[in-house]
Amino acid sequence: MRKNLFAILVAAGALVFALSLAGCSSTEGGSTSSSAATSTDGDGVVFAYNTEPQTNLIPSMVNEVGGGNILELIFEGLTRYDVDGTTQLAIAESITTADDGKTWNVKIKEGKKFSDGSPLTVQSFVDAWNWGANPENGALSGEFFMAIEGYPEVDDEGNLVGEFDGLTGLEVVSDTEFNITLAESDPEFDKQLGYSAFYPLPTGSLDSEDALEAQGTQPVSNGPYMLKSWDHNVQVELVPNPEYDGDIPAQNDGVTFMMYTDDSAAYNDLLAGNLDVLDSIPADAMSTFMDDLGDRAVNQDGAVWQAFTIPYYLEHFADDEEGRLRRQAISMAFDRQQICDTIFQGTRTPATDFVAAVIPGHSDSIEGNEVLQYNPEKAKELWAQANAISDWGNATFKLAYNADASAHKEWVEAVVNQIGQTLEISAEPEAYAQFSELRNDATNGTMTSALRSGWQADYPSAYNFMGPLYRANAGANDSRYDNPEFESVLLEARSQQDEAARTEGYNKAQAILMEDLPAIPLWGQNALGGYSEHVDNVVVNWKTVPAYQDIVKK
Amino acid sequence: MKRYVGRRLLQLIPVFFGATFLIYAMVYALPGDPIAALGGDKGLPPAVRLAIEKEYHLDQPLIVQYLYYLKGIFTFDFGVTFSGRPVVEVMADAFPWTLKLALMAIVFESVFGIAFGVFAGLRRGGVFDSTVLVLSLLLIAVPVFVIGFLLQFIIGVKLGWLPVTVDRSMSFKSMLMPAIVLGAVSFAYILRLTRTEVARNATADYVRTATAKGLSRPQVVTRHILRNSLIPVITFIGADLGALMGGAIVTEGIFNIPGVGGTMYKAIFQGEAATVVSFTTILVLVYIFTSLIVDLLYAALDPRIRYE
Repeated sequence: MRKNLFAILVAAGALVFALSLAGCSSTEGGSTSSSAATSTDGDGVVFAYNTEPQTNLIPSMVNEVGGGNILELIFEGLTRYDVDGTTQLAIAESITTADDGKTWNVKIKEGKKFSDGSPLTVQSFVDAWNWGANPENGALSGEFFMAIEGYPEVDDEGNLVGEFDGLTGLEVVSDTEFNITLAESDPEFDKQLGYSAFYPLPTGSLDSEDALEAQGTQPVSNGPYMLKSWDHNVQVELVPNPEYDGDIPAQNDGVTFMMYTDDSAAYNDLLAGNLDVLDSIPADAMSTFMDDLGDRAVNQDGAVWQAFTIPYYLEHFADDEEGRLRRQAISMAFDRQQICDTIFQGTRTPATDFVAAVIPGHSDSIEGNEVLQYNPEKAKELWAQANAISDWGNATFKLAYNADASAHKEWVEAVVNQIGQTLEISAEPEAYAQFSELRNDATNGTMTSALRSGWQADYPSAYNFMGPLYRANAGANDSRYDNPEFESVLLEARSQQDEAARTEGYNKAQAILMEDLPAIPLWGQNALGGYSEHVDNVVVNWKTVPAYQDIVKK
Repeated sequence: MKRYVGRRLLQLIPVFFGATFLIYAMVYALPGDPIAALGGDKGLPPAVRLAIEKEYHLDQPLIVQYLYYLKGIFTFDFGVTFSGRPVVEVMADAFPWTLKLALMAIVFESVFGIAFGVFAGLRRGGVFDSTVLVLSLLLIAVPVFVIGFLLQFIIGVKLGWLPVTVDRSMSFKSMLMPAIVLGAVSFAYILRLTRTEVARNATADYVRTATAKGLSRPQVVTRHILRNSLIPVITFIGADLGALMGGAIVTEGIFNIPGVGGTMYKAIFQGEAATVVSFTTILVLVYIFTSLIVDLLYAALDPRIRYE
């Protein structure tokens, strides 16, 4: 009997231990007060959907929307973007170039301060950029600094060439003025400067591991808001920054981002009135959200453009007449509108060019864009012409997608089925378990099939939809497209000072792409979302992110 | 008894090394390139890629990476995630949620499962018995996310009786619905298990003896029938605690709980070996300890069982 007693004691002890653990943690959580349930009290704070940032909040470290949404509210760069994508000066007083965009002179406004009251000088920019460009720091958005002269290079074996000692293209003139020399002329460089990688950081925040850690988790910032608290995976509280004197001050008493792992849960919270703003709609609510939310639903042109790419190194798709004919035939072999209507319930819009619909420079009248229209007869004809050059035989056309994102399987199947039926060939989807696997093959040039791809602008320019994707040495040139004529037309267009002339040049570059189809445009992903009855003035910007600072609480 | 417990605890050592190495190797063997995934559609500049590879020792062979990880563990450093957060911190964030959820689910399923099971078992074939049998069959047959979404929509969104998702203070009110959903299936199993055992034991000779001895009905039920019926039930509950902690991913997703399941799922997709291995190691330890406790409870319930 004593032994039994001992056994019971051990078991009971373990149980009490476990319970007390749970008890401790719950009181710890409880003491930090303020909960989501009180969001309906209308105390002026907007509760918005977000996902947990995947990195610390150092601007050049962040390359995904979870962190980006927060950064864009707490920081302000040299330039900023209006809701419609127009670039405006923000911290900068002037940004000028005398030689078509090779060297730039930047003057910043005097008296700008960070949220802790410390002064904002040009050094705040230069230090932040040098840190981001230093490969040792592993900044995920580091590639934005490649445009500036002195970005470190890597030899063929993958080793760093020389020591990195700051970007040589940055030259401080005074506390309010500095010069930037670019690696290559870019007359639109000022447009990029509003991107989050180019935000400033306060002096000293990069000096030590500890300072960096503090800046990354409790940022001192210069935007309309500042970060009050970050409860990992639960919420981030932003409050208006008292030191901010820019053009877009907060119109509410704060924005609290609630972290979700699943937008279905967020959608139900929105319906129950626990969440104010949701900039995403779960797949299972796609067909009902317009009815559920009425005039509080958002469904408009968006910034994400989708396509699929047929690499030039695939058999039958080389850079020759046969490859060109086959690409055009495939593009005309399926009905974009029908897939948008049936599979996406009207939440996507068929592409008319290579640029997302909300970006200045998007056009639905590019020469040759009939190649994006469903035209089975023409498709068959072109395919037959290609077969006359080299017989397709009984090869299979494959289109790869990543199965870890739930949304791709259905449309890929629809697209390949239609292609197969129209061209009377065998066509099938090719599933990759993970996005990273697909990217690996795409980057290494080892694809054995076509692949899906998507693109979203980092800054509002048509160039951003072409340069990084189709220039011969560009990082995201998955198809290995190499057309000197296209490249010279594109660069010529970008060097135009006049906006209209520039757009016309980009249209010419797009016309070449229409002919060659290095990627086959599919559709634009609409900006979807909804908001609660407690908020007003929810306007979605060119990046399809709500302009949170303008939202007012009712 | 003490020797038995000691022996069981010693078994922890090989289990620890085996489990951590196996899991490390499995994460290593996962297809895809974790650094490429970090770069997204755009990809990373080669120089940055190089620096990240070095920092996480991803350029080293599997065994070296594993040894680095082990070295860290023995200095209580469980490594860092790709976002630079110490894994220890991530665990300290995630485990309280899951532990509280799992314990609430266990309490719910044990209390209601055993109580309903005893009532049903004692009146076998009665109206109550038939009703709970059908209902429990339904719970077992319907997938957990269906139950979760239904409850969330009806009770949370439409009626507004309970919060739709959990709040950050982990309040009892907001955790109640997720705990019931998480425990629903096990509740049905415990109910059925208890019912069968109670029904079987109720007709046993020793129960007739006890009744003949003049014991009251409640005494017979609690001291004789229940005690003998609980052994398989306890085994089930013990094994369930581990399963609930690691396997609550669906429930966590529905009710937006930042717990172990979701964190591990994300880490597996990102190929973050340090996070996956550390979490799994803790889960393995939880399994081992609960199975030890269950084994000790046997002895308490059944005097014939002795551990030497």
